[in-house]
Amino acid sequence: MKKLWEGAQLAGSKRKLIDENGIRLDGRKWNELRPIKLQVGVMKNADGSAYIEWGKNKIMAAVYGPKEVHPKHQVLPDRALLRCRYHMAPFSVDERKNPAPSRREIEISKVIREALVPAVVVEDYPRTAIEVWVEVLQSDGGSRVAGITAASLALADAGINMRDLVVGCSCGLIGEQVVSDLDDTEDKEGNGDMPVAIMPNLGQVGLLQVDGVYTRENFQKAFELAIEKGKEIYLMQREALTRRFFGGEAQTTEVEEGAE
Amino acid sequence: MSMMKNYVVETIRKAQMVQLLANGKRLDERALDQPRELKIETGVIPKANGSARVTLGNTEVIAGVKIATGIPFPDTPDKGILMVNAEILPMSSPYAEAGPPSEDAIELARVTDRGIRESEMVDMGKLSLIPGKTVIAVFVDCNVMNVDGNLFDATSYAVVSALRTAKMKKYVIKDDKVEATDELIPVPVETTPVSVTIARIGDRLVVDPNAEEEASMDMRITITTDDNGNICASQKGEASTITPEQVLQAADVSIKVGKAIRAQIIEATK
Repeated sequence: MKKLWEGAQLAGSKRKLIDENGIRLDGRKWNELRPIKLQVGVMKNADGSAYIEWGKNKIMAAVYGPKEVHPKHQVLPDRALLRCRYHMAPFSVDERKNPAPSRREIEISKVIREALVPAVVVEDYPRTAIEVWVEVLQSDGGSRVAGITAASLALADAGINMRDLVVGCSCGLIGEQVVSDLDDTEDKEGNGDMPVAIMPNLGQVGLLQVDGVYTRENFQKAFELAIEKGKEIYLMQREALTRRFFGGEAQTTEVEEGAE
Repeated sequence: MSMMKNYVVETIRKAQMVQLLANGKRLDERALDQPRELKIETGVIPKANGSARVTLGNTEVIAGVKIATGIPFPDTPDKGILMVNAEILPMSSPYAEAGPPSEDAIELARVTDRGIRESEMVDMGKLSLIPGKTVIAVFVDCNVMNVDGNLFDATSYAVVSALRTAKMKKYVIKDDKVEATDELIPVPVETTPVSVTIARIGDRLVVDPNAEEEASMDMRITITTDDNGNICASQKGEASTITPEQVLQAADVSIKVGKAIRAQIIEATK
C-alpha cells in the first residue's frame, strides 16, 4: 500500500503539462487533436458497429435493433426505446476496474443516451427497442465523447433513420490555458474537463458536462473550441461511413497527429 | 426526470403554461429567471457535524455532514476525502421507489458532488493529517424528503449550508499518531458554490423548474458558479439538445441568479 501511494505521488507530481512554447506533453499544440482512427461495420453479429481509436482510447460500439422490447411493460407506443450502456473493461485502466457497472458508468450511459436520442428518428420505430453498447477496451481520457462518436456511426451503420450524426470532443483547462482533447494525464492533472457532443449539421448540443473552474471567457472559449473540433471529427465520421458503404471493404480513416 | 415520467400535467394546464411563457410569465407568477422561495435552517440534526434543511418551494432536502479520519486515496495521499451522496427517499413522492438507487438518484448525487468538488469549496489540503496515512474524511449525505422539481439545486444548497456550518474536532499529531482534541473548528471552506438549474419549455428558459414545469420541459441544464462568478460545473440533462446560444445565455443567467442565492446562503449560515 505504501509503495502504491509513493508511486502515485511521483506520477501526480507537479510536472508541467504544457511548456513555455505552448507544447503539451505529447507534443500537441493547445488546439490540436490526438490521432483518430474510425472504422465502421466491424462486428459480425451486430446490426451496426463502429470502432474508434482516439489517442490511446480503444472503443467498440455496437447497435442491435430495432427489435422487440423486453420486458414488454417498457414499450413506448409511439417511438423506439433507446437503451444505452457505456461500460469499461476491467483491463481498460491502470488498476483493474471492477466489472460491475459503477455509478460513473451509469451516469455516463445516461448522458450518452440523452445525446443520441435527439439524433435518432425514434418516431419511425414505435414499440421497438434500439440497443447501443459502448465497450471501452482501453481508456485514455475523453472516452465518453469517443464512445458517442463511435455509437452514432454504429447507429448509422445499422441503417437507423437519423437526423444527423452525433460527434463529441472534450476541451478543458491546463492552468488558465484552454486546450482541446485532453488525454488521461491532462484530465487527471489538468484544471478542467468539458465534454461536449454536437449534431454538427443541426447546430445542436446534445451533451455538455463541465468540471474545473472557468472564467466566463474561458468557458465560452472552451465550449466553442469543443464545437469547432467536433466539426473536424465529423468530417472523419463522414469519410469512415463513405468508405464503409461506397469503398468496398471497411477501411480506416486516419488523421496524423497535429493535422488540421 | 424519468422518475417523474408518470407525473401528469393536465393538457389544458400545460397549454396555459406554454401560452403564459410566450409572454414571459409562469403559472406560479414567477419571472422566468426567478427561483422559488429558498428557506435554509441549519443545525437541525445535532448528532451530525453539520446539517441543513432546505426548502425550495415545496422541494425539501436535509443534508447531514459526518466527519471522521480515514486513509487517503492512493492518488491523492496529501488530500482529505470528500464524499457527497444523495438519496431520493421513497416517502418523497408517490413516484419514488425503494430499492437500489435509480439512474436519476445517481445523477443527482454525482452532479451535486461535482459542483462542490470542482469549485474547491473545501480546502482538501487542509484536511491532511499524516500524508499517505491518515486524513480527515468529510461525508455529506442528503435525503430528499419531498419532491417538487429541481432536486439538483435544493440538494446543492443543503450540502453547501451544512458544510458552511459544520464543526469538526481539531486533530493533533503526537508521536506520529493522530489524536482528537475537544476543540471544535470549522471545515476549511474557501468558496460558496451555487448551482442554478434552468429548464427549457417550448423555446423558453426558466430558472428553478417546479414539478409541473419539469414534467413539461424537454431539456435542463445545471450550472454551478463560485464566489468569483467562475463556472465550475455543469450538466445538461434530458433527451433533447440545446443550442450553443442557449448554453451561453444559461451561463449568464446562472452567474446572475447564483450571486443573489449565494448572498442568501451566506446570510443563513453565518
